[in-house]
Amino acid sequence: MDRALSSTPPVSRGMTVDRTEPPKPLLLEARGLLKSFPGVQALRGVDLELRSGEVLAVLGENGAGKSTLVKILGGAHPPDAGTLLIGGRAAHFHTPVDAQRAGVSIIYQEFNLIPALSARENIFLGRERSRFGRLRKAEESRQARALFQRLGAEIDPEAACRDLSVAQQQLVEVAKALSLDARILVLDEPSAALTTPEVNRLFAIVRDLRAQGLGLIYISHRLEELFAIADRVLVLRDGQLVGIRAIGEVTRGQLIDLMVGRKMEQEFPPRAVRPGNDRLVVRNLCRGRKVRDVSFSIRRGEVLGLTGLVGAGRTEVARCLFGADRADSGAIELDGRPLRIRRPRDAIRAGLALLTEDRKSQGLMLGRSVRENFGLPNLRRFSRLGVLREKLERSALARYAASLRLRLPRQDELARNLSGGNQQKVILAKWLERDCEVVIFDEPTRGIDVGAKFEVHQLINDLAARGKAILMISSELPEVLGMSDRILVMHGGRIAGELTDPTRASQEDIMRLAVG
Amino acid sequence: MLHQKNKGWFASMLANYGMLIVLLLLGAFFSVVTLEEQQPAGASGARRLARELARPSKPGARALIVAGESREDAEFAAELARRLQAGGWIVADTVRGQPAEAREALARIAGSGAGLELVAGTFTTARWPVLEEAAKSFPALSGMKSAWPRSYRWPNFLKSDNLLNIANQIAVIAIVAIGMTLVIITAGIDLSVGSLIALSAVVCALLIRNVAGAEQASTAGMTLCAFAAIAVCGVVGLFSGAMVAAFGIPSFIATLSMMLVASGLAFIAAKGQSIYQVPESFIWLGRGTLCGLPNAVLLMLLLYAGAHWVMTQTVLGRYLYAVGGNAEAARLSGVPVKAVLVAAYAVCGALAGLGGVVMASQLKSGAPTYGQMYELYVIAAVVVGGASLAGGEGRVLGTLIGAFIIAVIQNGMNLTGVESYTQKVVLGLVILGAVLLDLLKRRGWQWWRRRSAAAPGASAEPISAAAPPPGQGAPTAEANRDA
Repeated sequence: MDRALSSTPPVSRGMTVDRTEPPKPLLLEARGLLKSFPGVQALRGVDLELRSGEVLAVLGENGAGKSTLVKILGGAHPPDAGTLLIGGRAAHFHTPVDAQRAGVSIIYQEFNLIPALSARENIFLGRERSRFGRLRKAEESRQARALFQRLGAEIDPEAACRDLSVAQQQLVEVAKALSLDARILVLDEPSAALTTPEVNRLFAIVRDLRAQGLGLIYISHRLEELFAIADRVLVLRDGQLVGIRAIGEVTRGQLIDLMVGRKMEQEFPPRAVRPGNDRLVVRNLCRGRKVRDVSFSIRRGEVLGLTGLVGAGRTEVARCLFGADRADSGAIELDGRPLRIRRPRDAIRAGLALLTEDRKSQGLMLGRSVRENFGLPNLRRFSRLGVLREKLERSALARYAASLRLRLPRQDELARNLSGGNQQKVILAKWLERDCEVVIFDEPTRGIDVGAKFEVHQLINDLAARGKAILMISSELPEVLGMSDRILVMHGGRIAGELTDPTRASQEDIMRLAVG
Repeated sequence: MLHQKNKGWFASMLANYGMLIVLLLLGAFFSVVTLEEQQPAGASGARRLARELARPSKPGARALIVAGESREDAEFAAELARRLQAGGWIVADTVRGQPAEAREALARIAGSGAGLELVAGTFTTARWPVLEEAAKSFPALSGMKSAWPRSYRWPNFLKSDNLLNIANQIAVIAIVAIGMTLVIITAGIDLSVGSLIALSAVVCALLIRNVAGAEQASTAGMTLCAFAAIAVCGVVGLFSGAMVAAFGIPSFIATLSMMLVASGLAFIAAKGQSIYQVPESFIWLGRGTLCGLPNAVLLMLLLYAGAHWVMTQTVLGRYLYAVGGNAEAARLSGVPVKAVLVAAYAVCGALAGLGGVVMASQLKSGAPTYGQMYELYVIAAVVVGGASLAGGEGRVLGTLIGAFIIAVIQNGMNLTGVESYTQKVVLGLVILGAVLLDLLKRRGWQWWRRRSAAAPGASAEPISAAAPPPGQGAPTAEANRDA
């Protein structure tokens, strides 16, 4: 104490008059965090500081160590080495509950909510307000309402979480964190599943919490968001801290450079394809209230962008096309031949491929090897009379691993152990090997780092150049604008409009159609 | 480099079949516990004795073989006579029966004046007083030695008969467990296998009695009856699979229903009785041997080899793992998920049927009470073998190891005289322990340590006087990193 008091004033007096306001209290301090997993050094000595009333963004490619950092802060993994100070006290988290007690709450990308329970029950799960073993539901309800009010959210505390929208579920998580008296809130890719208006609401809430003196750590891939919300940006690369910048002193390009360690000339690869004749023609596709009379066509070598707000029916169109869900009515033609698609098997035979939005639950067998995942739709090629020909499979996968720059310790590695970008590449490889004529990408770059994004875009262009018909569903408007030859915008299950020249269109044009 | 590769192979073997170590440890344990003085008998005793005996001191030396009346002793006498003659002895006589007969033989030889070098017998017969006192009773035979196979220490557990017995005892469960492995890999379960064993045994025996000609049934007739029984069970499995695949009924419920149905049908068909009007030759499958190995064990090994091949080398195997690993991802990759599911349950049913036929053959009858509780032992074998009830994981050979672990525990406890009720308790605990061990190995000991460390280490340290006040700590990261 003495030392601090005596040494500080002279120093500042000697400096130029650069003092603004006194530094806000330090909430969180991490020093030299190290963490390794079998075969991976996930974090190599990361330092970080978080002050009250600031939003610290953490940026990095997939596999850079962001998730590991989040999990250490949340008590899901203990670090191998390094110290964590919460409000100046050394903290040792062994379980998420330890972290919560210390005032650290994490809102993961996949929410930790029990779908069948109400918002109120989820908020107070494990800490039920009770008297003599009898639940005090009214008391809980009152507190839940107060929390939602503080967040400016209109959510019925008694509504089952499965009936809430993704954005609402997220707010339930935030409310739960607040009810735990969290001083430090970590948001892991909070905007990934949100529509633009929902993201704006989220930002308002984040700013509000910041004003209330919380420290927020915000993890995101979307650079433009960081400029809107963050105070400082911390960039990780390969488990190392490569820089911390105040947001006002850095440009988008500089951040990308820090993340990837190389210059990005342009964000989207150039296109040099002139679309030809119609290949895939869809007429009057209907399914319940989600897909209403959707008609469109995709030409040879064309990338057709399909966008709209979440819930507009984009994914449902893709699933109907692919036979994942049965369409009520409608006709599909490929190269003039009518297709009868009743299940995915029919679609694949006809030459369609679907890269689903949710890789973990629909794209991969996480507990099986990369090679098995890769081979699954191609087993006809990799077998004779029902007997596998592993050599063919191995050499084909090795080819793709090289051409897609798929970082793979060994082909029998479990898909679970790969980073998001590499998982997407495995899925890409399996469909490339299938050599489909129509490829449907549903959010092809969601949760993927910038470098891998570019590679995926390059691949989409390559496919188009080979005469394939591409349907690309995306919520990221720059991606839709930068990649598509034409853009369809959906609203309420219908095609709300078409933009035939993306080079002249703007994000606002799309949004105008998307909101109906 | 080679070392590295070997280590990798060993490590992967360990990772894939870690339960093998448990099996070996159990075997070692029971070997030590059942170590005992062994009295060699029968043909192997004869071979042992012949090895121990030196060649005769002079050519044409004469030997008398003395053995008891049992079948084992007959084999001993025959084998020993052959060996001694091959070793240069002249077998003067072979006595089989009572001491009195041995005395007569000795008297005959002494009377003939041809002399006798050796009296060879079993542990028991060689020490009959009549032989020990022969030199006194018959001075003509004074140079005679007597010999018997020397005893040795060896675990009862490791006697080849016992090992074959273990394999034979577990054959039915192991065969049925193949089908169960497939079903569990698809993230399902089949509770009906025990009842299907009974149904199959009853159907097979019933058909042999009523259609194929009862005790006079031909081999072809019996084979057809066996296949019919297997087919019936296959159809029941197919039905369970169809319920699971088409309507999404949880496999637990679908197969629980079929367990009741199949058991009831078995009782109805057999009218609650055992059916034993089958030909003597019906036991060929269950009790016959080929090259010293029981036919049931050979069948089991063949089926395991085939199943291992199917699961690792064929498209069907891949599909089974895919459906269990992530059914939706598999469907979106064009896997015929429903057909694969139905196939798994049908194969499981058919293999349960085969298990029933083997059991009927072993017991030479069919009864609706067969196979009770077998589903639990079968599931235990699969789970101990490393398959996950969540699906997508598991190996056929692991299941074989799991089945053997169960068999070895049961056999070992039988040998050490543990009461059968206690056996159940121990078996249950060992199954639990084996699976726990597997879990620890897979999640890593770290996981375990972290759990146990959580309690004492969790409390935050008190604020120390030396801690800098907020905002005055070490230089910020910006200053360090941005330079």
